[in-house]
Amino acid sequence: MKLELSPGGGEWLPVCDPEVLTPGRGMAALLPDGRQAALFRDRSGRLYAIDNRDPFTGAQVLARGLIGTAAGRTFVASPLLKQRFDLETGRCLDDDEVAVDVYPVRTA
Amino acid sequence: MPHTPGAANTPTIVLVGHGMVGQRFLEALAERGMTARARVVVLCEEPRPAYDRVHLTSYFSGTTPDELSMVPEGFMAEHGIELHTGDPAVAVDREARTVTARSGAVFPYDTLVLATGSYPFVPPVPGRDATGCFVYRTIEDLLAIEEYAKGAATGAVVGGGLLGLEAAGALKGLGLRTHVVEFAPRLMPVQVDEGGGAALLRTIEGMGLSVHTGVGTQEVIAAEDGTVTGMKLSDGSELATDLVVFSAGVRPRDQLGRDCGLEVGERGGIVVDERCRTSDPAVFAIGECALAADGRVYGLVAPGYEMALAAADTIVEREASFTGADTSTKLKLLGVDVASFGDAHGTTEGCLDVVYSDSRSGIYKKLVVAADGTLLGGVLVGDAEQYGMLRPLTGTVPPVSAEQLVLPAGAGAPVALGPEALPDDAVICSCHNVTKGAICEHTTLPEVKKCTKAGTGCGSCVKVIEKLLPKSGDGGLCTCFARTRQELYEIVQVLRITSYAELLDRYGREEARGGEGCEVCKPTVASILASLSNGYILDGEQAALQDTNDHFLANIQKNGSYSIVPRIPGGEITPEKLIVLGEVAKDHGLYMKITGAQRIDMFGARVEQLPGIWARLVDAGFESGHAYGKALRTVKSCVGQTWCRYGVQDSVRMAIDLELRYRGLRAPHKLKSGVSGCQRECAEAQSKDFGIIATANGWNLYVGGNGGANPRHADLLAKDLSDAELVRLIDRFLMYYVRTAERLERTAPWIERIGFDHVRQVVVEDSLGIGEELDELMARHVANFRDEWAETLNDPERLRRFVSFVNAPETPDPTVQFVPERDQMKPNLTILTLEGVSAR
Ligand code: SRM
Ligand SMILES: Cc1cc2nc3c(=O)[nH]c(=O)nc-3n(C[C@H](O)[C@H](O)[C@H](O)COP(=O)(O)OP(=O)(O)OC[C@H]3O[C@@H](n4cnc5c(N)ncnc54)[C@H](O)[C@@H]3O)c2cc1C
Ligand code: SF4
Ligand code: FES
Repeated sequence: MKLELSPGGGEWLPVCDPEVLTPGRGMAALLPDGRQAALFRDRSGRLYAIDNRDPFTGAQVLARGLIGTAAGRTFVASPLLKQRFDLETGRCLDDDEVAVDVYPVRTA
Repeated sequence: MPHTPGAANTPTIVLVGHGMVGQRFLEALAERGMTARARVVVLCEEPRPAYDRVHLTSYFSGTTPDELSMVPEGFMAEHGIELHTGDPAVAVDREARTVTARSGAVFPYDTLVLATGSYPFVPPVPGRDATGCFVYRTIEDLLAIEEYAKGAATGAVVGGGLLGLEAAGALKGLGLRTHVVEFAPRLMPVQVDEGGGAALLRTIEGMGLSVHTGVGTQEVIAAEDGTVTGMKLSDGSELATDLVVFSAGVRPRDQLGRDCGLEVGERGGIVVDERCRTSDPAVFAIGECALAADGRVYGLVAPGYEMALAAADTIVEREASFTGADTSTKLKLLGVDVASFGDAHGTTEGCLDVVYSDSRSGIYKKLVVAADGTLLGGVLVGDAEQYGMLRPLTGTVPPVSAEQLVLPAGAGAPVALGPEALPDDAVICSCHNVTKGAICEHTTLPEVKKCTKAGTGCGSCVKVIEKLLPKSGDGGLCTCFARTRQELYEIVQVLRITSYAELLDRYGREEARGGEGCEVCKPTVASILASLSNGYILDGEQAALQDTNDHFLANIQKNGSYSIVPRIPGGEITPEKLIVLGEVAKDHGLYMKITGAQRIDMFGARVEQLPGIWARLVDAGFESGHAYGKALRTVKSCVGQTWCRYGVQDSVRMAIDLELRYRGLRAPHKLKSGVSGCQRECAEAQSKDFGIIATANGWNLYVGGNGGANPRHADLLAKDLSDAELVRLIDRFLMYYVRTAERLERTAPWIERIGFDHVRQVVVEDSLGIGEELDELMARHVANFRDEWAETLNDPERLRRFVSFVNAPETPDPTVQFVPERDQMKPNLTILTLEGVSAR
């Protein structure tokens, strides 16, 4: 079974074995057009993918943040300046005006 | 002998007056590289180069004229400055742009700077020129007074201001019976009010000086040979005295400027604009001879220094301005503390005074407050401790009553000086210029960050912000746990819990159970688990709890690269190891810097480079420096007894022993230490979480020191300890801290919170009876220590995480790039501003 991600246009890109993701942590994946995705697996095994670029610093680091739950939403906190991003919507929980892209994921 | 400038395009700057401000100006020119580009000529009236006039009086307590000098040795030669001592300027020709000196030498200038200071004002009384009359401004004045005093028994000072009292103290020190004659009804009329003057009077009379206030000097009486014998005062009385010192104020020395037609103020002073330019743009005036843009002549040195910088900046064509300075003053004269600030005399309409006065100890404090409680100013005599805090509060309504502010320490409730005491417009976050008022409109940290951006820059203000916010309802650690770190520590220890999930699901808040936790409690619990189990910190579930720094055993940098800090115990390093560091950095293209804590940092490694770099370091005998962890950082050392002529113990050995003993210990926050070989304290041990200073009999142990944003001096925990006693106390101290401190609470705030006496009782006297348990915990830590990097390198499973991309393990992150700077490299930040690497 592979974790697959859709970079857009209805395509699905096989990325890795979901088991290589440590629950609660992320890893980055390189997309064919040079973008980067941050993949996460939570305690219950659910998978998420958002853009890896931290919009506050420009660094490609979100995959290296810690994930958590706040008011029922699963988020990742940037490892640089700790802003939190909702893993399902990409919205920044600490700044309404900021969001990152979300990539659909599935296992196949 | 006229001078022709050597190279036609080298400008010449001529400075007239080499006093305190003149010297500061020369330094400012040198700092700006201007001395290399211009010819600089200094005309100095006095026979010696600039000296510290402010501390002139210390000459009488043994400071030599050489020690008062303000010119660093070799300064003039190094910067090619031509200094002409004992040769004052006598004329300026602005048309021809030349200055003529008394010796006849003529100096052409492109820029002329006047820094001629002030002269003492001598009231026009008959007899003022009699032998035995002096002023008090230069070293030469003091030498003359000293000489004359040898044949005198009594001295009188005309003027009871700041300088007058200083001169009176000096006369007294020379063994004269001393009188002070002040025209105003009280001493120091400019600085203090009536009450303050009364307190001063008592103190000064208590020192054996005779004070005559409210009387003027009418005449100096001289004998036939022209020497002083006494003074006639305005109340008709006569005062017998052998020597008179006039200290009745100063006047700007603006004659040179007047003579060459520069604009001068009605009451003196060469008129300058905010860049210290006179009415002739080629001529500047700075210091006490200038009438500043705000219409004042400043008689203090700090405003003069600012003017020196403004002029230097303007000359090198930088933006600069001097529009006025704070004239609050704090002085120490004759051993009496005196301070005044703001509207010290209560001239604001409708204002009220709050006064505390204790005539026995000569303490007088007055605060001037407006009807609405706004602090307007004040006067402190005898105890000026609070000056530093009161001055910034001026213009605000202080958080505690004015009465409480003037009460001496120990009387009534202590006055809290935390961030609560700051005014609303005090800037808390300097990165984003956010005031206390703006922060206090919010109730939670995330909200503050979101709405004001405070705390999102360097983050150094977050602790203060947290203190300003209302305490979160139950004092719990975070939104996941209603318990404090200490409670969680106890739970983990007593119930032998080994997993974060278990702790969250059993002891977390109802709504958080079964969830993911959060970025606050995960690393906190990871640290507790690590402190108590001493295992490898990256195994199993713990791997998911650590902050990115602990996860990659390195410190993340702004572009997503990492830095590497190997342990260098005690700061001691062999040439061989240094060479390895250099080679590794060179081979991997890393930026190198000596850190502020006696070790070496290498920056700019990508995730996938870390194992390769560390393999070489471990091979050469290095291990992790835990720069990334909430753990022991360094034990700084001074060179100590082995080399230093003052050292009384082997501080380097002790520092290395301690660093190796406590390395890897996980704690609520980082831990730092230092060991100094003697009281000179070159290792700065008293600013460390635990610091050690050698004594002839052993070691003194200090705890709770801190540098950083809120520095704290460490407290002495125990004295003259043997090696074994020292180690045991540190063991207990650290383990008690690990057990009871809150998340991210350094030892300094922890001690402040639970009390130093309590810590001393627990650690030194074992008042809780837990000493042995703490010993045991530390013994376990020491026995189980293994280097994290060596362990990581030995395990392919653990190494798997060190890739930039899970689907392309060999590919480096293309956005981590560098550009050259000063022979090394720095992050290329431009690339990070692009929305992705290829166009979308
Ligand atoms: C590298 C270094 C600066 C340098 O180039 O010299 C440094 C760099 C950082 N310091 Fe520091 N500090 C460094 C010496 C210091 C010192 C001086 C010392 O240790 O003698 C201090 C003041 C002493 C003290 O801690 O009491 C210091 C006080 C801080 C503070 C404020 C701590 C406080 O209690 O207020 C922080 C913020 C924090 O920890 O919350 C901090 C945080 C940081 C962080 C970790 C900020 C961050 O999260 O990125 C920096 C990252 C280090 C890295 O990437 O490697 N750094 N920092 C120094 C590393 C020393 C070492 O060899 O380990
Ligand atoms: C005893 C004493 C205590 C003081 N205590 C304090 C204090 O506690 N705090 C404080 O802020 N200030 C204090 N001051 C004031 C402080 O010393 C002055 O503000 C400061 O020295 C001003 O610096 P300046 O360079 O403008 O003038 P000065 O230091 O007076 O230097 C001017 C120099 O120019 C020379 N000069 C004048 N005319 C010519 C000419 N035509 N050609 C060549 N050279 C010339 C003078 O001889 C003098 O050396 C004190 C002063 C004294 C005397
Ligand atoms: S602290 Fe004392 S022993 Fe150590 S280097 Fe300084 S002077 Fe020498
Ligand atoms: S001072 Fe607030 S973030 Fe730097």
